[in-house]
Amino acid sequence: MSDLTEFTLAEARDAVLAKKVSSRELTEAFLKAMEAARGLNAFITETPEKALAMATASDKRIAAGIARPMEGLPIGIKDLYCTKGVKTTAGSRILANYVPQYESTVSQNLWNAGAVMLGKMNLDEFAMGSSNETSHFGPCINPWRASNSNAKLVPGGSSGGSAAAVSANLCLGATATDTGGSIRTPAAITGTTGIKPTYGRCSRWGIVAFASSLDQAGPISHTVRDCAIMLKAMASVDPKDSTSVDLPVPDYEAELESGVKSLRIGIPKEYRVAGTDPEIEAIWDKTAERLKAQGAEVVEVSLPHTKYALPTYYIIAPAECSSNLARYDGVRYGHRAQGTEDLIDLYEKSRAEGFGAEVRRRILIGTYVLSAGYYDAYYLRAQKVRALIARDFTEAFKSCDMVLAPATPGPAFALGEKIDDPVTMYLYDVFTVTVNLAGLPSLVVPAGLNRAGLPLGVQLIGRAFDESTLFRAGRAIELAAGFKAKPAAWWRGA
Amino acid sequence: MTKLIQGSTGAWEVVIGLEVHCQVLSKAKLFSAAATQFGADPNTQVSFVDAAMPGMLPVINRFCVEQAVRTGLGLKAKINLFSVFDRKNYFYPDLPAGYQISQYKNPIVGEGEVLIDLPGGEVAKVGIERLHLEQDAGKSLHDQHPDHSFVDLNRSGIALMEIVTRPDMRSAEEAAAFLRKLRAIVRYLGTCDGNMEEGSMRADVNVSVRKPGAPFNTRCEIKNMNSVRFITQAIDYEARRQVDVLESGGVIEQQTLLFDARNGETRPMRSKEEAHDYRYFPDPDLLPLELDEAWVDEIASSLPELPDEKKNRFMAMGLSSYDALVLVAEKESADYFEAMLKDGAEPKAAANWLNNEYFGRLNKAGLAIADGPVTASANSAIVQMISAEVISGKIAKDLLDIVWSEGGDPRAIVESRGMKQVTDTSAIEKAVDAVIASNPDKALAAKAKPSMAGWFVGQVMKATGGKANPATVNALVKARLGIADEG
Repeated sequence: MSDLTEFTLAEARDAVLAKKVSSRELTEAFLKAMEAARGLNAFITETPEKALAMATASDKRIAAGIARPMEGLPIGIKDLYCTKGVKTTAGSRILANYVPQYESTVSQNLWNAGAVMLGKMNLDEFAMGSSNETSHFGPCINPWRASNSNAKLVPGGSSGGSAAAVSANLCLGATATDTGGSIRTPAAITGTTGIKPTYGRCSRWGIVAFASSLDQAGPISHTVRDCAIMLKAMASVDPKDSTSVDLPVPDYEAELESGVKSLRIGIPKEYRVAGTDPEIEAIWDKTAERLKAQGAEVVEVSLPHTKYALPTYYIIAPAECSSNLARYDGVRYGHRAQGTEDLIDLYEKSRAEGFGAEVRRRILIGTYVLSAGYYDAYYLRAQKVRALIARDFTEAFKSCDMVLAPATPGPAFALGEKIDDPVTMYLYDVFTVTVNLAGLPSLVVPAGLNRAGLPLGVQLIGRAFDESTLFRAGRAIELAAGFKAKPAAWWRGA
Repeated sequence: MTKLIQGSTGAWEVVIGLEVHCQVLSKAKLFSAAATQFGADPNTQVSFVDAAMPGMLPVINRFCVEQAVRTGLGLKAKINLFSVFDRKNYFYPDLPAGYQISQYKNPIVGEGEVLIDLPGGEVAKVGIERLHLEQDAGKSLHDQHPDHSFVDLNRSGIALMEIVTRPDMRSAEEAAAFLRKLRAIVRYLGTCDGNMEEGSMRADVNVSVRKPGAPFNTRCEIKNMNSVRFITQAIDYEARRQVDVLESGGVIEQQTLLFDARNGETRPMRSKEEAHDYRYFPDPDLLPLELDEAWVDEIASSLPELPDEKKNRFMAMGLSSYDALVLVAEKESADYFEAMLKDGAEPKAAANWLNNEYFGRLNKAGLAIADGPVTASANSAIVQMISAEVISGKIAKDLLDIVWSEGGDPRAIVESRGMKQVTDTSAIEKAVDAVIASNPDKALAAKAKPSMAGWFVGQVMKATGGKANPATVNALVKARLGIADEG
């Protein structure tokens, strides 16, 4: 291959193992591509020295015949994962200079599998956002542009940097996190593949918390196979995370090509919501037909509490965030305001200066809904609705094996288009938040391009811990859609 | 034992409830593996979790849960097989996460009771409302630097059991008796060292007053007390203050108070406007705590004998309730006493000897029983020699002094130093005759005034080095002086 960055993760793995290319060559190619793509602002921190050192070590292992499953494969890490000795910002001013003394379990699992770290990826501040525009380090730009337009589009959020970097061939894959759609939204609108695993599949230890009961780590990569390889390496039970689950991690890749024959695909009628782009609805229907053509059975299912999902999510997530972010107080680490009068002044100024508008908004909402006299009306009720939403899926899975749904209500939108209107921005999460509330796994795969030439993704939602079946069906969609499109590399030299 | 306070409008009754924080005896913290040793250098026992670093997660320490269950069982309380950890949110520099993990709606232990022992052998019941597990905060140090405050996080995250009583106590003395009893129970159980000076047992004291039989009045809470003596003073002061307020037509405002030990007064800690809204909600980082019934039963079957049972058993051996109470107050005392019995001492004699002789010397020397210089087997030997009339009670005290300061086997000392009681009548007769012969005037006078016989007994005892059997000496003196023996 002339350009090593065009490899999928699986192709690169095979080439490295076959010694057709060294990890160092591969890593150098990505470092060069990253340098040329700084205009996309996909990385907050690049770690070239670390990358080359890791690649060299990997090449030695390959030479010695002791390669591990992801040996020598360069990847990016969302800057929400704490990395020992490498600045971890969470996209926030309040952690702009924070260097952890510990490594998150998931990134450690990846290093233990032989992966090579290229750097830390841009994201919405504390993963709060759907467009990567709330980052203190500036927005990340979607590598895709509509045909006949130079307008900058958002890559989605919060894992915008991860999705943009994969899409622009700046890494073979990247870690991401998903609290209300932060893996799936960016994957869907950058033509990449991403999976939000079942809650508890990956450890949350060492990942900066947004909303503990919803946060889950997962990969964004080029293909379903790439995601299967990465998730296998990332997932584990962790004694340091009480909510991680002690179930064996299957060999997802092994079952990938088993097809969808006789699988029952549920189409939830409540997901036909006003305001959805007709092209999204069309690709959804088309994907259902493609699965049917490969032997799947398509059935209509009902998820009656879907309409309550967004308000429920926007109570629970801010409530947990208001408490999780209390530790950023300017006392022990992180940004501390100068010239403060007293303790209260120190708290107020440090936090006002350290947090951006969206984070402040959610802390305020969360503080409000947990307040005495409001708790029962908001938080407690939201938890009850959450249980109903989870039950909807349990019921639906009696008549289907997985649910096929849109991932986003529209394609990538323009930078600045929704950022001043939080409610419009929140509505963009309408198809993704249900899955987090129910704790289920969900895979997003590209299904085609719209008329403007922008990628559109679809979402598969599975039973808890049944990621394997999602990968199988995702692979089937991939094969039928034949999605090969790549954005034109307009950013090089831009 | 209701103690009423006399006011200008009549008698008032004080109503007291306690919230006692007991530090769980555990090598590691409630949600982290950091050490818990007292007195370590500041910030040397702090994990990333305790310092609330980004991305850190709490993991429950199974042993602390076991300790809480054990304590609950010791308080004869209901163990809740399902309990939940909640976050109590507030900002303070010694609370790194900005919330304390505690148990709010679903505590691990429910209702129980403690029997308290009052003067005169009276026993009263104090209801336990609940016991829950929670984290301790760190410590703010405001006296180290002119314009900075320092924070020591060694204590941050240490497991505490908060034990909440019903408002069942009616005097400062009852509150003190409850604390002493609770302390004894947790020390017996090995779940808390009960060390109030080191802060491993602290109490918040809720006080209100009412006319006897009237409904409860508004209460005030005196925070963070770590001395039984100060608690007693604070309750008495606060009850009197409330009576004065009510009798002068005022109302009691619910408030949090601090006790100023220097001038013996309570004063408000924070005003209502600063009252916190703690925004409790279940901690999403921790799953609900579900206990296995069999595990709880296993802990129950391993409980040691507790003070009440021990006291009853000691009384069944013939001890007075007072002696039994003194012995069971500290597990070490009771163990020491039982070791003496095991070595052959008779229970009542052993209890008398300990309570009247040995404990007094320990107190005087400021020593705990474990640090005392005389072993249980040595004290047992002394008591047995008194019972067998090998030595007199007076010699026994001298013997204890020798063993205390020089050590050694009491029986061997008695032998080698000739401390045995003289029961040989002829030897005593000789000594009596000698004393009478050298004091003819006194002998004459004694015939007219029989009470003077005591002086002769003293002289004979002196002459025999205290070894003569006092009863024999008494009888012989009277016989030789011709005084009738009235018995």
